[in-house]
Amino acid sequence: MNTVFKWFNDRLPIVNTFERHLSKHPVPKKVNFWYLFGALASVVLIIQIISGIWLMMPYQNTEEGAFSSIEFIMRDVDYGWVIRYMHTTGASMFFAVVYLHMFRGLLYGSYKKPRELVWIFGMTIYLVMMAEGFLGYVLPYGQMSYWGAQVIISLFGAIPYIGESLEVWVRGDYYISGSTVSRFFALHVVALPLMLIALVFMHLVALHEVGAGNPEGIDIEEHLDEDGVPLDSVPFFPYKVLNALVGIGVFMTVFSIIMFFFPEAGGYFIEKANFEEANPLSTPEHIAPVWYYSPYYAMLRAVPDKLGGLIVMAGAIAILFVVPWLDRSKVNSIRYKGIFSKIAISLFAISFLTLGYLGTVPVTELRTLMSVICTAIYFLFFFLMPIYTSLESTKQPPERL
Amino acid sequence: MTESTKNNKRRKVLIGMTAAFGAAGIPFAATPFIAAWNPSAKAKALGAAVKVDISKIEEGQIVQVAWRKQPVFVLRHTKSSISNLPSVETKLADPNSLSIDEPYRDLYPTRSKSDEFSILAGVCTHLGCSPKYHPEVEPKPWDATWTGGFFCPCHGSMFDIVGRVFKGVPAPTNLKVPPHNFQGSILTIGEDKEIT
Repeated sequence: MNTVFKWFNDRLPIVNTFERHLSKHPVPKKVNFWYLFGALASVVLIIQIISGIWLMMPYQNTEEGAFSSIEFIMRDVDYGWVIRYMHTTGASMFFAVVYLHMFRGLLYGSYKKPRELVWIFGMTIYLVMMAEGFLGYVLPYGQMSYWGAQVIISLFGAIPYIGESLEVWVRGDYYISGSTVSRFFALHVVALPLMLIALVFMHLVALHEVGAGNPEGIDIEEHLDEDGVPLDSVPFFPYKVLNALVGIGVFMTVFSIIMFFFPEAGGYFIEKANFEEANPLSTPEHIAPVWYYSPYYAMLRAVPDKLGGLIVMAGAIAILFVVPWLDRSKVNSIRYKGIFSKIAISLFAISFLTLGYLGTVPVTELRTLMSVICTAIYFLFFFLMPIYTSLESTKQPPERL
Repeated sequence: MTESTKNNKRRKVLIGMTAAFGAAGIPFAATPFIAAWNPSAKAKALGAAVKVDISKIEEGQIVQVAWRKQPVFVLRHTKSSISNLPSVETKLADPNSLSIDEPYRDLYPTRSKSDEFSILAGVCTHLGCSPKYHPEVEPKPWDATWTGGFFCPCHGSMFDIVGRVFKGVPAPTNLKVPPHNFQGSILTIGEDKEIT
């Protein structure tokens, strides 16, 4: 057995990799539950890949076949409904854990030097995930798939000069048709998942290079033992892996409850209109995106101008990329930041959640006004960040974890 | 200048030229991949005109037909809704359709080739949803002084009864009027020999 292992290890860096990234990889010894969502996100990625491969087998990527093949999966394929609901629940849970993971980053300054690239790879993952989720939502070719795609593709039309021809190019037709469905299928199952996996790999490589952060926002590399290992660290394996398993167990319980008992989640995970086949002649009375896009959708609706709406929506995501350079605070963690940062991040969280709600309900004058206010708060949180983080007085973080 | 720095300069120039030559090949290599996303020859060939019998449409009634798989509204106005058109003009962004390519400008207030019917592409000029027909003159959640017209459920754009866009809504332009032609009680949508 040993000789066999040695044969492999001489040709493949098994022991080296295991030690470098697991058994000898130091991670901060004290973190809280906020530090669990990254692990949960990778669990959901695996669930999505496996359930996705199984869904591909009976799915038909044609205008005529798409909707009926989903019904076929639901009714005629043994356990097809479990696999489909696993994938739809997985999509929503993916965004849920990623949003919490991102908020953790904002709370504890996980984006600050030297972790800027970790943050940027993470934001790129989020961007690709949004594209991936949108493409996947079109594939069942229900009413919401069709009209959601109609709205999102029409956003390209807001770009001056090239917009309208770009729309036709993306659709591959003058309206949404079988060509749109089949190309979205190719992107959803091959192109974007490849990008996602590559980006997750880069996210982790960059993270392991600079080391994980902690809720105190302090640098554990400053106190090393004689072997050069941080004193306030434990090896990733087994300590953090076993720790994460508890969290994964709780998460999988929640996941299973949703998947088996509330897969539609009251119309938030799978919208009711999507149980009806796409009808190009009739827009549903109320059209709303799935919950994980709704904050941006509310921003789009808040702007009474086509191009302006697109710019605000794109800007809301783009600005997240430059957060590492907007935060000028001496400290990383919200625990030691001043009162302005605490107020700002609270208002930001409230306005983002409010926008999320507003994006799922029909428009009224009052709601439009609220969307405008919340959009303004969202942007002010970032625009004013260089000012309030550098002006406010901060508390001194401890030396050791 | 020594022999080695001379060589280094030569090498840099050669590397630069080779890289530039290689980079010039990228657009050529990308062409088929980009072009393959254009509408296929089959998709381009579709899109024939459709015919509608308008004799059965009553006053105030709307009929929706599909042309190029997109909704087209055929609306027969009541006398009062036509005579009320000027009163709504203060709410409109572009009452005379100056910012779009209007095929039947200055012909009739209906914007069509008939003084009684409006033919409108049922595609919101904002993001492509199909606006809903609300002919009632009564307060609505989206407008307390609603005098009838089209309301887009997606993003709240409003249009008057002949598809002219309101001020302060996301839709940038009036609903389009597709080319059409009347022959007795038959309306043909999608072709008009007089304007092609």
